[in-house]
Amino acid sequence: MSAQTPAPEKLARFNVSAARRRRDRIARGTILAATVLALIPLLLIIYYLLDKGLSSWSPSFFTTDPTGNTFFKNSSIGGIKSAIFGTIEMVALASVISVPIGVGVAVWLVEYGRSSWFAQLVRFFIDVLTGVPSIVFGLFIYIVLIVGTGSSFAGYKGALALSLLMLPVVTRSAEVILLLVPGALRESALALGAPRWRVIFSIVLPTALPGMVTGVLLAVARAAGETAPLLFTAAAANATSFNLGGFMNSLPVQIYSDVTSPTTAVVNRAWGAALTLVVMILLLNLIARLIARRSRLA
Amino acid sequence: MEAASIPGGGERSILGRSPLARFPDRALKYGLTALAGLILALIVYFFFRLVGEAKPAFAKFGVLGFTFDNDWNVNAEQFGALPLLVGTLITSFLALLIGVPVAVATAVYVTELSPRRVRGPITVLIELLAAVPSVVYGLWGIFFLAPKLQPAEQWIADRLSFVPFIGGGVATIPNYFVTGLVLAIMILPIVSAISREVMATVPLDHKEAALGLGATRWEMIRIAVLPYCRSGIVGGAMLGLGRAIGETIAVTILIGDAPQLGGHLFGQGYSLAASIANEFGEAQGLHRSALFAAALVLFVLTLLVNGVARIFVLRAAQPGGSKQTGGTAQAADVADVAVGA
Repeated sequence: MSAQTPAPEKLARFNVSAARRRRDRIARGTILAATVLALIPLLLIIYYLLDKGLSSWSPSFFTTDPTGNTFFKNSSIGGIKSAIFGTIEMVALASVISVPIGVGVAVWLVEYGRSSWFAQLVRFFIDVLTGVPSIVFGLFIYIVLIVGTGSSFAGYKGALALSLLMLPVVTRSAEVILLLVPGALRESALALGAPRWRVIFSIVLPTALPGMVTGVLLAVARAAGETAPLLFTAAAANATSFNLGGFMNSLPVQIYSDVTSPTTAVVNRAWGAALTLVVMILLLNLIARLIARRSRLA
Repeated sequence: MEAASIPGGGERSILGRSPLARFPDRALKYGLTALAGLILALIVYFFFRLVGEAKPAFAKFGVLGFTFDNDWNVNAEQFGALPLLVGTLITSFLALLIGVPVAVATAVYVTELSPRRVRGPITVLIELLAAVPSVVYGLWGIFFLAPKLQPAEQWIADRLSFVPFIGGGVATIPNYFVTGLVLAIMILPIVSAISREVMATVPLDHKEAALGLGATRWEMIRIAVLPYCRSGIVGGAMLGLGRAIGETIAVTILIGDAPQLGGHLFGQGYSLAASIANEFGEAQGLHRSALFAAALVLFVLTLLVNGVARIFVLRAAQPGGSKQTGGTAQAADVADVAVGA
């Protein structure tokens, strides 16, 4: 912008009244101040996470399960091993469910549905899903899989709630990227006699892959940080578990239950767990951004 | 989509292939269509199950009675969700009041005023706000922000004691204001991203015309940029509002979980989402049904807000009647995705 518009300051000096110049300066100062203001919370959060979180990090913090014992001091409260594994397991399962479905729906929207009434309806419903509060997803799964089956909380139910949450993000991002695949590529393949499914699998999807990976990673990052859908689907647990059919711990739920504790050591565990979670999510974001930069589309 | 422009593209492949060779094509097409239909059916099914679970509470108190009665008393089995609804609305509008001007300012700064060098870093830093999980906002808010702000809040409450709702009360650590402030930080990235994308679509001609007529930078922004982006910004703000209304965990930690109509800005309250997160674990019978009803009210509220938001964002795609092909809407989509909407 500044390149195209020749130095307004120079113009201003010649024919703009002092009052207007002052107003201009005040407005620009205010906008700059607001921008700086917007960056302060991030710095404060990162500072406090590092300050409080690093002090509770130790090798045993990552290698022991929480004991559930919160009224004794120090090491007896345990670490966050089960929460880390639970988060990874549930988010992985949620991705395995939501990524194929989300990409499938996006492919259908772009390649088949296009602007038919049915495709518009599906788009509308995906938009609806985007706006649904995350706790409501948890209740959906609770009603269907816990009230409906009469069984108890389980890791896979938490994963399903997370996959509902991821689905619209994956679909929307994949659709945007698929629309960017040049039509000429599809036309060339069709002209060479390739059937539609081969065009989709050998031309469209590989071209769109890096962009879609970005969207998927952002969806994963979002799911990893969600507490509300897990509260009444996977619940909380102490022991590390690799059985997705049983109660399963997760980092956000662990932090949430530790926040309300009156014991300082437990609150410190919450800070340590929060730092761990934020580092995991930021890494995912970083990878997503790097891949996005490499992508030839977008 | 462009493939559709090949005349008879689909037909040729059908004419040229044996039924067996056509099978994968058909399977893929109908399979994906079925998948899309399944998603649709699933959402409708969830909705009706939620209505079914909420029915006992609505039957006992009436839909309006449940939503607008000021009486949430678990022990007496009285469930009127007004304190929850009001808490949700107060905190969400506070979030808009604080968050939107700041978000729009950041967007103006990044698109119109900033040196090229800092544009990328500022954008990334603001988007990182969206990457912080809500439970971490809650943790930070309750142990850092709220205690730090409390003396200032008390000072304001004492000075402005003649102003209803703001003054007079005792500032508690968890309260409406802190909740609204943290929500403002949480909606900042999405409002900022959409405003930025919309501002990027302002034609250079308009801006140069304003400058050419002798406008200062600020006058150019006021005359050419902001009016052009109004409906996009409104849409972005509404999406932020939808986010704030549905936000659960940070609010549950920060609002104080007091099931009454909060008397003043710096007092404790409750919200729809917080009541569910807080009480659902122990809820039985009518209480549980009431929480499902609260979830339904929340769901409908977010549906309305998001619906209106989409209309505004879509309208921003066709400013002044001139039909652009959904450029802004798509830009807003990309922005949505970038901040994990």
